[in-house]
Order: sequence, then structure tokens, then C-alpha cells
Amino acid sequence: MVVDDYSTRFSMGLNFRECPLVESHSKKILVDHLTVTYGKTVALEDISGAIEPNSLIAIFGPNGGGKSTFVKVLASLIKPTKGSITHHCQSTCQPAYLPQQSTMHRSFPITVREVVAMGLWHTVGAFKSLTKTHQSLIDQALERVGLQDYDSRLIETLSGGQFQRMLFARVILEDSSLIILDEPFTAIDIHTSQTLLALIQEWHQKGKTILVVLHDLEMARKYFPETILLSKHCLGWGPTSKVLTDKNIMNSYHAEKIDRKRNHV
Amino acid sequence: MFKEFFLSPFHYEFMRNALLSCFCLSLGCGPVGVFLILRRMSLMGDALSHAILPGAAIGYMIAGLSLPALSLGGFIAGLLVALLAGLVSRTTLLKEDASFAGFFLIALALGVFIISMGKSSIDLMNILFGSALAVNHQTLLLMGTITTFTLSTLAIIYRALVAECFDPQFFGRVHGHGTFYHILFLMLVVLNLVSGFQSMGTLLSLGMMMLPATAAQFWTRKIWPMGAIAVLIGLVSGYSGLLVSYHMNYPTGPSIVLIAGLIYIFSLLFGAKGSIRHYITNRVKQS
Repeated sequence: MVVDDYSTRFSMGLNFRECPLVESHSKKILVDHLTVTYGKTVALEDISGAIEPNSLIAIFGPNGGGKSTFVKVLASLIKPTKGSITHHCQSTCQPAYLPQQSTMHRSFPITVREVVAMGLWHTVGAFKSLTKTHQSLIDQALERVGLQDYDSRLIETLSGGQFQRMLFARVILEDSSLIILDEPFTAIDIHTSQTLLALIQEWHQKGKTILVVLHDLEMARKYFPETILLSKHCLGWGPTSKVLTDKNIMNSYHAEKIDRKRNHV
Repeated sequence: MFKEFFLSPFHYEFMRNALLSCFCLSLGCGPVGVFLILRRMSLMGDALSHAILPGAAIGYMIAGLSLPALSLGGFIAGLLVALLAGLVSRTTLLKEDASFAGFFLIALALGVFIISMGKSSIDLMNILFGSALAVNHQTLLLMGTITTFTLSTLAIIYRALVAECFDPQFFGRVHGHGTFYHILFLMLVVLNLVSGFQSMGTLLSLGMMMLPATAAQFWTRKIWPMGAIAVLIGLVSGYSGLLVSYHMNYPTGPSIVLIAGLIYIFSLLFGAKGSIRHYITNRVKQS
């Protein structure tokens, strides 16, 4: 029945989104009628909303629902096909972005410490040397993620969880006010997940804005005050309890199925 | 006896020149080869070494056997192929390796065509295989310059090159697009191949770049020492290759590259990291 419900609404040309356009304000991120297409495939269509400073947002939705695309646009890695994203903040809002694991060169001969140190690129750049202050910052970051004994290990010897901890340490050093994480909890053990979740909450308390692409419904409900539900369209943007209702989630998966069918025809 | 065998050949100036040219080549090519492997571009080095040929041939047609003309022609042709291939892979559906293959085959055929139209096939042999024993002061000066430029450039862009290679997306985000470093690096590759082609020829100079660098993979998992070991292997192959070719009257270039090849096979079998020896001991432990 839900399918019928969806298709009638769809044919009436209505959108599910409850994404009010808010007037511009300093430090806010405004998403305005954002559409992204790859060739003929539409990844995201007509997304609008505002991300308040210091919010902790889960991005949820079915596979192929455009979650990764959405965060890539936010991290300025992809340009929107239509619409725009406006960052209202100072020069330091270059976001820290952690992609899905598969995009990295994992057998590269480089040590954990060297990878983490790359997080200081914004202050050290390609030429300056690392000072003692920098070294102790690196030590602190390694300790925070529990990798202090691994700093001279080659990255190819790390487990999936340790690898992810290392990347989080790099994000710590980037010290950005906007942090975007794409499926950071995929294929890692519970212990690591807990450490990294605690770190995310710590960032939240420090006033950073954090967006996390998630697959875990329980985790989203438990730890993330706000959620954006994406299935090509925005099916919900707001407090998690109001967005992640069973009905909305059902809708998002049905929307995805219908969409797939249409693409096949 | 000892002195006789190891040192006396170098009483001759042409042997000293040949040795120096090998040393220059090892110093520049080793680290460049290591980065080629790290960037997973080993086969593009191959493509580039062929791409040099038409440029060198045109230089030869215009100015005869003049080193500056040959080198400049080769450099321009190599860089042109590298840039064209890069452009094609970025704008069309072809991946970089495929577009490289397309262009270097055209360049190779063009080069052989031009040379054959011109003079006798001895010239072709000279350009393809070079002659280490005919290296003169002018060549040495050019090689020294290229080596110095290569090593200092690598030292300056080392961190950016490593970061861009390990995680291009991260590098693009924190530093800006890596195209500049990519092109600069391709330029170094072409320069070093050009540097080698008077003494080793376009085909064999690649051997001095890739064989020491691949062999070095089996001895360390750190980038800087990898480069140093590659240089060392290059130096040893150059010296012993010259000795062998002098005493046994073997062809020089192939002797040098073959010795580098032997060192590679030895490293592959017995190296300290990830060699066949490791594979077998692990298998034995498991069973």
C-alpha cells in the first residue's frame, strides 16, 4: 500500500521533503535546489535545506540514494549540476572529508605517523618542516585513537579498524570546523566503532559541524540528533525521531526500487 | 691481479667516460624509477622510452649526429606523448595506460619510419641501442646537468609527490589539484630517458630506470631508502657491466642492463621483503 501511496504522490508532482529554506545566517551552510546528474543518471534531485553550525547529522538512505554524492558536493569535490551550496563561514571552513575506504592506496609504503602527519598540511604545506609542537600534536592524535604504539608501522600491516583509526587521527589534525565522514563504520569492529563514535561526540561538544553517512539505523537513532534521509530526493531533513520513522524508511527503499525500474525501461 | 682486473680498464678515457655516464644515469634514474613504480606507472616508462624515438630521429635528420638536437627532439617528443595521453585520458573514455599505448605505438612507428627514410640502418641501431663507449665530455655534461636537476627537483617536491601518490583525493582537497606535480614528474621521466639514450639507447635506458627500482622493492618498504638502494644497484650494475664487457668483449649496454636484471632476479628470489623466499617459508610454516 505504501507503494501506491508513494506513486500517487509522485505522479501529483509533490515532493516528500520538508526542507524549509532558511534565510541566510553567518556560519550556516545553505543547500539550495541542489541537483546532481552523472550523464543521464540523476543522483540527486532538487535538495534544499540548511545545516546549522554545531549540528551532528546522520545521512541515511538506500544504496544508490545519492548519500555519497551529497557529501562529495558538500566537500566541494563535485560541482552541482543545478542549484548551489553556500558556505557562510570564515576562511577556516575548508571541510575535513573522509571518503569510503576503497578510494585509498592501501599497499603504499608509508608509515602510520606519516599519514597522520598529512593532517597538518594546512599549516605545514609541501615544504615547511615539522616543529616539536607539530610532533606532539601528532602524538596526541595517535593516542586519542589508540594507535600510539603503531606510529612507525607500515599502513599495509594495519587491520581495517586500525586503518580507520589512523584516518580519524588525520581528521583530528585537520582541525576543521566542518567534518564530513562517508560510511566510517563499515567493516570495522565494535570496539573501534565505540572509540570513533566517542571522538565524533567530542567534536560535537567542541562546536564542530559533523555529517556522517550511515547504514546503521540504531546508531543513527541513538547518537545523531538530526538526520537527512536521501533517496535521490530528500525524504526528510530534521530531528532524527521525526525523519527516521518506519514509514519514511519504507518509502525511501520503495522510491529507490521504483527508480531502478524506471531506469531499466 | 686484483688491480689489473678491477681498475686497469679505466686507464682509458673512453672507459672512464662510460663509467661516469653510468653513474649519472644510476643517480637520476633510480629514484625516478621508484616513483614510477609507486605511481603504478611502470609500463608508462616503457611507453615514454619509445615515444622519444621520432623526436630524436627528426633531430638527427636536421642536425646529424648532434647531441643537443637529438636530446631536444627526444625530450619534446616524449613530453608531447605524455601530455597528449594525459589529455585524452582526462577527456575521453580511454584510461591513461590505453591512451599511452596508442600514442607511443604511433610514435615508435613514426620514429623507425623517419630513420629508415633517411640513412643506413646503422644509425637506427645507434639510436635504439646507443654506445656507452662513445660518450664524450659534452654528453657527460648534459647527463650531469639532468641528474642534478632531477635529484634537486625530487628533493623539493618529495613530500607533495608522496602525498599526491598515496591519496590523490586528500591531496586535491588540502593542496589543490596534483596535475602540476604529475606533469613535472613526467618531465623528469622523459629527461632521464633522454639522458640515457646516447650511452644506452632509447630501449636500454629504461632498463637502468626500472630494473634497479623494481629490485629495490624487495629490500625495504620505505620510499627514501628504496631510492637509495635503486641507485646503489644501478652503480654496481654500471661498473660490473663495463668490466665484463671490457674483459669478455661483450656489448656494453646490454651487459650493464643484464647485470641489473640478474640483481633483480636475485632480489626477487632472496630479497628481505615479500620475495619468493618469504613465500616459501610462509608456506612451510603453514603446513
